[in-house]
Amino acid sequence: MAHKLLGKDFLPPDVIAKVTGEAKYAEDFRAEGMVFARILSSPYPHARVKSIDATEALAMPGVVGVLLPEDVTNPAPPEIPLLTMEPGYVGAPILLVAAEDETTAQDAIEKIRIDYEPLPFTVDPLASLHPDAPDARTDGNIGAGGSANVALGKLKWKREDFDSAGERMPMGEPAPKQDWTFGDVEAGFAKAKLIIDEPFVHASNSHHSMEPRTAMAYWQNGKCILHLSSQSQSFITPALAGMIGIPATDLVVVAEYCGGGFGSKGGAYPLQALPALLSKKINRPVMMRVSRAEEYYNGSARLGFQGQVKLGFAEDGKLLAADLYIVQENGACNSFWDFRNAPDGLSVLYQPEAMRWRGVPVFANSPIRSAQRGPGYNQMVHIMEPLMDRAARELKIDRLAIRLRNVGGIAAPIGPQRTPATSCYMKDALEKGAQLFGWDERMKRNGQRNGSKVTAVAVGQAFHPAGFNGFDGLLRILPDGKVHIHTGVGNLGTFSHSSTSRIAAEVLKLNWDDVVIERGDTRKNLPWNIGQFGSNTNFTMARTNYVAAMDALTKLREIAAKEFGATPDDYDIDGKRVFRKGLPGIGMAYSDAARRAIALGGKYDGHELPKDINPMTQVSATAIAGTGLVGVAKDNLAVNGAPSAFAAAFIEIELDLETGKHVIIDYLGVADCGTVIHPSGLETQVKSGAVQGFGVASLERIVYDPQNGLPASVGFYQARPPTYGDVAQRFRTSAVDKPDPSSPLGTKGIGEPLLGCAGSALLCAISEAIGGHVFNRTPIVPDMILNHLAKQPQAHGRLQVNCQ
Amino acid sequence: MSDPTIEAEAEKRRLSRREFIKRVIASGAVASSASFVFGGLSACSSPRGAVAGSVERLISIDVNGQLRRVDVLPQETLAMTLRYKLGLTGTKLSCDRAECGACTVMIDGVTTYSCSTLTHSVRARKVMTIEGLRGPNGELHPVQQAFVDELGPQCGFCTPGQVVAAVALLQKNPKPTREEARHAMSGNLCRCGAYDNYLNAIMRAAGNTAEIHHGA
Repeated sequence: MAHKLLGKDFLPPDVIAKVTGEAKYAEDFRAEGMVFARILSSPYPHARVKSIDATEALAMPGVVGVLLPEDVTNPAPPEIPLLTMEPGYVGAPILLVAAEDETTAQDAIEKIRIDYEPLPFTVDPLASLHPDAPDARTDGNIGAGGSANVALGKLKWKREDFDSAGERMPMGEPAPKQDWTFGDVEAGFAKAKLIIDEPFVHASNSHHSMEPRTAMAYWQNGKCILHLSSQSQSFITPALAGMIGIPATDLVVVAEYCGGGFGSKGGAYPLQALPALLSKKINRPVMMRVSRAEEYYNGSARLGFQGQVKLGFAEDGKLLAADLYIVQENGACNSFWDFRNAPDGLSVLYQPEAMRWRGVPVFANSPIRSAQRGPGYNQMVHIMEPLMDRAARELKIDRLAIRLRNVGGIAAPIGPQRTPATSCYMKDALEKGAQLFGWDERMKRNGQRNGSKVTAVAVGQAFHPAGFNGFDGLLRILPDGKVHIHTGVGNLGTFSHSSTSRIAAEVLKLNWDDVVIERGDTRKNLPWNIGQFGSNTNFTMARTNYVAAMDALTKLREIAAKEFGATPDDYDIDGKRVFRKGLPGIGMAYSDAARRAIALGGKYDGHELPKDINPMTQVSATAIAGTGLVGVAKDNLAVNGAPSAFAAAFIEIELDLETGKHVIIDYLGVADCGTVIHPSGLETQVKSGAVQGFGVASLERIVYDPQNGLPASVGFYQARPPTYGDVAQRFRTSAVDKPDPSSPLGTKGIGEPLLGCAGSALLCAISEAIGGHVFNRTPIVPDMILNHLAKQPQAHGRLQVNCQ
Repeated sequence: MSDPTIEAEAEKRRLSRREFIKRVIASGAVASSASFVFGGLSACSSPRGAVAGSVERLISIDVNGQLRRVDVLPQETLAMTLRYKLGLTGTKLSCDRAECGACTVMIDGVTTYSCSTLTHSVRARKVMTIEGLRGPNGELHPVQQAFVDELGPQCGFCTPGQVVAAVALLQKNPKPTREEARHAMSGNLCRCGAYDNYLNAIMRAAGNTAEIHHGA
């Protein structure tokens, strides 16, 4: 079916403001009487605050007030506290000082007397499972929220688990209910021709959002107005209101622009609430700027893995059995459940006949963690893809062929429940990519030497879930003929707030010029929508916008039938008018239908609403009732399976064996994102996701001094996100472009796997360039390569983390 | 296009980071290393002039072709003056320590990290920010238009700095190769990873269509 808008480029409404500097981020707002807040944060990795004396600070001219731990209501441990008397990492906020200017606030921080009692700490989760090792928290050492749902508790492995481990990772009992099995794993290994059994480390890496999580808050007529940095809009409002202690209807969230989040600003986080609470206490607007170092303390990082993976392959490369154990580094508080996502990724991409997974989420006195682009799934492919290459080498199979041997079908089953993907076109992505990249031709160059440089060619894959359902859609056709689409999804910079709104425009056959996107501010009457994270926006918001548009379409037809007779089914639309099928002269403009809707009232103009929509949508729809024809509905469409996104990457690098440095000569990313919704937006994501993958594979890490628990990576130069000089010289992009049957117009998400496929491809290429050695570790940095080539021991222990 | 004498003079005047630190220390305004890390956060100074020993002085600076009179503290950075006293919030602060380029402005035609430039040092010099690039009738600068056409920005936070750096590059070298542009832009970080889009935009603005990369 030919689409009017889908698959076509457009000018997203927020682009111009981004190139002119007019786009306003949290720190760009001012309020009359605004004061500045500074954070007093923990200098210790783990300590108890025995007393706080702010007397001297409060007496300083210009100091307006303080916000102390006793002033806030913290969530139950081990959730991230707003302010804490037992900081669990360097940089944990203890209190805030507000002053007329920021220098005074900072000077006042120096005058606050705090008596700390340092406590034992750990920056190595695996080591902390040893019975003699310290725990990161005084109330336990394991826990995880979300789908893992591991209660805060204490788990120590046995001494003999460590003593008998040998070259393998020590593996004691997993956390409660954190294990599953399908198939007969031992039988799979028994009949395997090749067994690979390796310990591995996937480093933590910071999100490095360019915009620190600065926020500004003030109160007006009992409502809190909060300018903040958030990937999400509607989704964070209830939780954030809870942190502030007010009903969601009393919180105004302004988040029109977000200077990068990558998962770290997906949900509500404590630093958003702090200026609101301080503002309430001192009755002044509060700007709380967050420094780069503070961003590294509190701005989140990907969860690190220590693990062991055992793989059994048949002679033809078929993966018969997999046994995976993951120790996850949580940071000091509850964060995410990457360790539980990872095995699902392994199962769907390689389709082992049998598989076992075990895991432990362990606290460490290191920065706050949260989901980062492809949480768990991408760590998994960064470990697995180089091992698939190793299997191919040992079995003398082409590295592309071994992936095609194991790739899942269109309804590829996922995880222990064997839930089918709504669509999986990984095979198409690999084949299309191989053809576009010229795999066979390039393989002739693979291994070629040019002086000290060697050329290597590689392929990588990745997977991520790609959508939710059950959120609400809201739009209205106004008497001026414009259609306002209300979207509460957020603005991560992917333009998907608009590209998914085009689904509604497509259904109503609108000209894009007739569409107004309402977003970015709670006061714009936004529906209950998913946050912008997890590759979910496209699938989830395509559905909400589809159902809202279908509701509007039904109402247009009903109004026409009321006006001109016959039944609603006898009417069609053309983007401007609703008219009688076969008799186009009989009908009315959308603008006239909007006027009729207002006259009719009831469900037509939003005075009567569906019973099943979220309370937030009820409030928003009620506020716009009477302004036009209102289309509003909850997404109750069927979903047949698990929405899934896949991506393949092909890469050619040149690695200098004398320096250990590589140059990426050429990169091709191929997306399985269903029907392509926004071609230039997709191209942007394929390229930039790859940039982040290159960073994870070869640059980014968190470094801690294990003796003192102090972070060494608190600036861009140390934590090393990729620069212009680190990326591919040539990027190529493509897509499978086959529709997903569970999405109304075939579209689905894609953001996350675009990182993982690229990171995997680069890791594989580096291994290929040095004769097939697999480090089983990220990132691979030049000194590791040089040590390996010189047959020198590595600077890090085999399972050591937060180092290099 | 550019005057070599002016270029050389501008180069000579450009403050190195070391000189910047020395000047801050000499000003006596910074009490501890901690407050240097947060250095330049002293704008929006209180009416009382809360920092002991720091006194605002009224100076004139040429910003986007307009002479602006502004009270400036000795240790105040140009980024803070622009953002908090002149209302020019297009210049962003991301690292505040000369690592990322989000605060890039031009001073006498040379790109400079305004987070690490003392406002007092730009007296009688020409400062150009992102807000100064639009034409007299509000039309986008050709580089801005190219950034739009190539869907350059993602989150947009680094974009003003990228645009200013690209404008400065093309003033100096109107026909850069893609590799020259990559090198010239390397002081500007983009965490979204939109580097290839930005390079495409610069190639487009430079009329170098052969080096615009799209598709497979």
